[in-house]
Amino acid sequence: MYNQMVVHNERADRVFQALADATRRDILRRCGQEAASVSRLAEAYPMSFAAVQKHVAVLERAGLVSKRRSGREQLVSAVPEALREARRALDELEQTWRGRVDRMAGLLAEPPRRTQEGTDR
Amino acid sequence: MSLTGVDKDFDNLTVTMTADFDSPVEEVWRLWADPRKLERWWGPPTYPATFERHELRPGGEVVYFMTSPEGEKYYGWWNVTDVHEPHSLSFTDGFGDGDGKPNPDLPTTSAAVRLSERDGGTRMVLVSTFASREAMQQLDEMGMTEGMSLSIGQMDALLAE
Repeated sequence: MYNQMVVHNERADRVFQALADATRRDILRRCGQEAASVSRLAEAYPMSFAAVQKHVAVLERAGLVSKRRSGREQLVSAVPEALREARRALDELEQTWRGRVDRMAGLLAEPPRRTQEGTDR
Repeated sequence: MSLTGVDKDFDNLTVTMTADFDSPVEEVWRLWADPRKLERWWGPPTYPATFERHELRPGGEVVYFMTSPEGEKYYGWWNVTDVHEPHSLSFTDGFGDGDGKPNPDLPTTSAAVRLSERDGGTRMVLVSTFASREAMQQLDEMGMTEGMSLSIGQMDALLAE
C-alpha cells in the first residue's frame, strides 16, 4: 500500500510538473481536441521547432501525450488517463487525512491516562 | 462526527479538511506537539509511525518511519516552516531514504493546520497541497493557482469530451 502510494505520487508529480508550464498546457489542450503533428504545433508558438519538441517530450514522459508516426509526420495526442491518475493521487491524499482525523478523534475521546504502556517503541 | 467538511480542489491541487472536536484547542495541539501522541494517529494501524526527531519550530526537522506489517521501515520527514502554538503549524512532508534523509527525488506535500476555538471545542482546518516544492513554485509562477490559466480540472473535463 505504502509502496504503491510512493509510485503513484511519483507519477502524479511528473504530471504536475509537466502541467506547470503554459505552453505545455496549451499543447495538451490542442492535442486533446485532435491529434496534431509536431510541425503543426510548432507553427502555433513563437519558438523553435526544437523547443516545441522538447515540451512535447516532457508531456510524453509524464504520460500526458503519446506520439505515433503517420507517414513523415509525428502525431501527438493527449492521454486522458494520466490526468485521472493525478486525480487519484489527490483522492489518496484525502483518504490518508480522513484516516488521520478519525484516529485523532479516537485519541481525544479516550479517557485521560498517564502513559500508554506497551505501545511506546 | 468529527469530520465536518472535505474539499478537494483539483485546480490548486489541495485537499482541505475541516474537523470539529469536543476537546479544547490545547489538547488537540498536543496531538501534534507530543511525538508519543502524534505517532498514535499519524500512520494507519497497519503502518504505525515512530517519530525519531520532532522539532516544532520554524526550520525544525521532524523525522519518522512507518513500519510495514513485514517489518520494513519507510522513512518520512517534515520540514517545519511555521509554528504558532497552539493555533497553527505548517510543514512540508516528504519521503526519506533508508537512513531517514530526505530523498529529493520523491515528491512532497505540504500541510497547513489551523486550530481555533469553537463552541467550547476545537475546529481544525487542514490544507494539504500535493506537489513537489519545485512544481508548486512553478505553478505559482505560472499563475496557475490564481486560476488565470487553464486549470487541471477544466483540462480534465476537456479531455474527457
